[in-house]
Amino acid sequence: MSNRIDVKKTYKLYINGAFPRTESGRTYEVKSAKGVFVANPCLASRKDLRDAVVAARAAHSGWNKATAYNRGQILYRIAEMLEGRRAQFVDEIMQLTGVTKVKAEKEVTDSVDRLVWYAGWTDKIASLAGSTNPVAGPFYNFTIPESMGVVAAIAPETPSLLGFIDVVAPIITSGNTVVVLASTKAPLSAMTFAEVLATSDLPHGVINILTGKKEEIAPWMASHMDIDALDISGLPAKQHGPIKFAGAENLKRIHSFKSADPGRIIAFMEAKTVWHPIGL
Amino acid sequence: MSFYGLVDGSDASLKSYLNNLSGVDQVGAEARAAMLATRSIKTSSKRWAIDTAITMVDLTTLEGADTPGKVKALCTKAVRPDPTDSTVPSVGAVCVYNDMVSVARTHLDLIGGQHVPVAAVSTAFPSGRASMAVKIQDTQDAIDAGAAEIDMVIDRGAFLAGRYIDVFNEIVQIKQVCGDKAHLKVIFETGELVTYDNVRKASFLAMAAGADFIKTSTGKVAPAATAPVVLVMLEAVRDFYEMTSTRIGVKPAGGIRNTKDAIKQLVLVNETVGPDWLNPKLFRIGASALLNDLLMQRMKMDEGYYSSPQYVTMD
Repeated sequence: MSNRIDVKKTYKLYINGAFPRTESGRTYEVKSAKGVFVANPCLASRKDLRDAVVAARAAHSGWNKATAYNRGQILYRIAEMLEGRRAQFVDEIMQLTGVTKVKAEKEVTDSVDRLVWYAGWTDKIASLAGSTNPVAGPFYNFTIPESMGVVAAIAPETPSLLGFIDVVAPIITSGNTVVVLASTKAPLSAMTFAEVLATSDLPHGVINILTGKKEEIAPWMASHMDIDALDISGLPAKQHGPIKFAGAENLKRIHSFKSADPGRIIAFMEAKTVWHPIGL
Repeated sequence: MSFYGLVDGSDASLKSYLNNLSGVDQVGAEARAAMLATRSIKTSSKRWAIDTAITMVDLTTLEGADTPGKVKALCTKAVRPDPTDSTVPSVGAVCVYNDMVSVARTHLDLIGGQHVPVAAVSTAFPSGRASMAVKIQDTQDAIDAGAAEIDMVIDRGAFLAGRYIDVFNEIVQIKQVCGDKAHLKVIFETGELVTYDNVRKASFLAMAAGADFIKTSTGKVAPAATAPVVLVMLEAVRDFYEMTSTRIGVKPAGGIRNTKDAIKQLVLVNETVGPDWLNPKLFRIGASALLNDLLMQRMKMDEGYYSSPQYVTMD
């Protein structure tokens, strides 16, 4: 028997670059695939969501103004940090979802590759979604896609890491900031990913992570007037209707996706049209 | 002048009056302010507190870049803070620099805001570094332009050097200029007074000299209206009331940016001087950003969902 006392990790939220406990003081139990107790992550409340939105809103102007090149560098940096902690992610995925080591390793590899892929899109998406439009007059007419602001997201239950990255990365690629609710049953990947973010030069407040129950947080995300769009990929289809209804008040863009593609980035961008006179 | 019979206007009597004040227990004041900040406010009281706080806001713009347009917009907001909701009360006053007083007064009268007074910052705000003649002229100008409240700064240099009588005489002279035309608020700039003992001293000095209100800060120096400072000033006001049966008002200003901070101030008032002071005649909050947060919290309580800064006016 070892004489050393176990050092157990406390899983907390990630808001504005810090790791606070939920203001509600609540936690819930997370069990391994075999039913063994693993951790007590925070059960976030609507007030944690409110605080996270304030942080995300404050972070938006800076992140939006950063050059696309700089955003790409930071996304790539996140990929680098994730690669360096590969073993921990593999362990946590195996423990909570019960997949084999081979599958868990593939999920982490795919996650790193996915981040690099989105990093590449930061300075190319404007060419894909924007255009130069022919007009009948002495003007250049451009359509330029821009970020929308604060986007809330609900990550899918599984895959707990890759699904999370597929939700978060496209949102921030274009300059949005995000408040994301992690997988309820397997939140450890997301919370460990927060530690990756904290060491990745990502400005505070660009990604804010909550853990808790979808049915508790999602309606508040939908009704919050300072959230501009919502990714509900992680919600069961039968809950999509009421959430879309609640989100109509401030004309939120509400989308859900099944796979990774550039459309996920474009979905959370707004087109701006600019007229510019042609000089003689 | 009688000075409530507390001093006779001589240096010696002022010194003995101030030296007889009890000291402030720093640790105790900070602990009590921190304890009062943890009070939980239930929903129905919160609604009342938000509306009360709105009536207490001195809506302020004190920037070098202020324009008549900005001041007019501020006045419009002061009269009707939420254009979509007529149940929101008007704020306590509009607080501007001297040269903007007539712009503010004229515009307020034009839009039906006769009940909203204009406060002017005066006596070489914010530093207080000018000759007495200039300070008197400054105050007279503001009153002539229609200011009903004068926010004067004290000469902190004189105060910290122990020349209390100079500070006292200054307040007395400005009070004479104000007469019965304008309320006098005396700003201490507590961030520069260093100790709570000094804050207590300055409070008693200003009250004896004829201040109608004592105010924490200019908003140009940090720290401004911290909870312990406001507590010390409220206790001074309470003790002064026991001595003279005169109610002096308190105005924290600077650093109160959200509803939570404002409600904490109301709790301090209620627990220190009592509910008599919970009205805009005796308690004001100097702020600019606060009003929007109060409005957003009010919307949240009415609508049931979180609001956004996009739904309140910017200035």
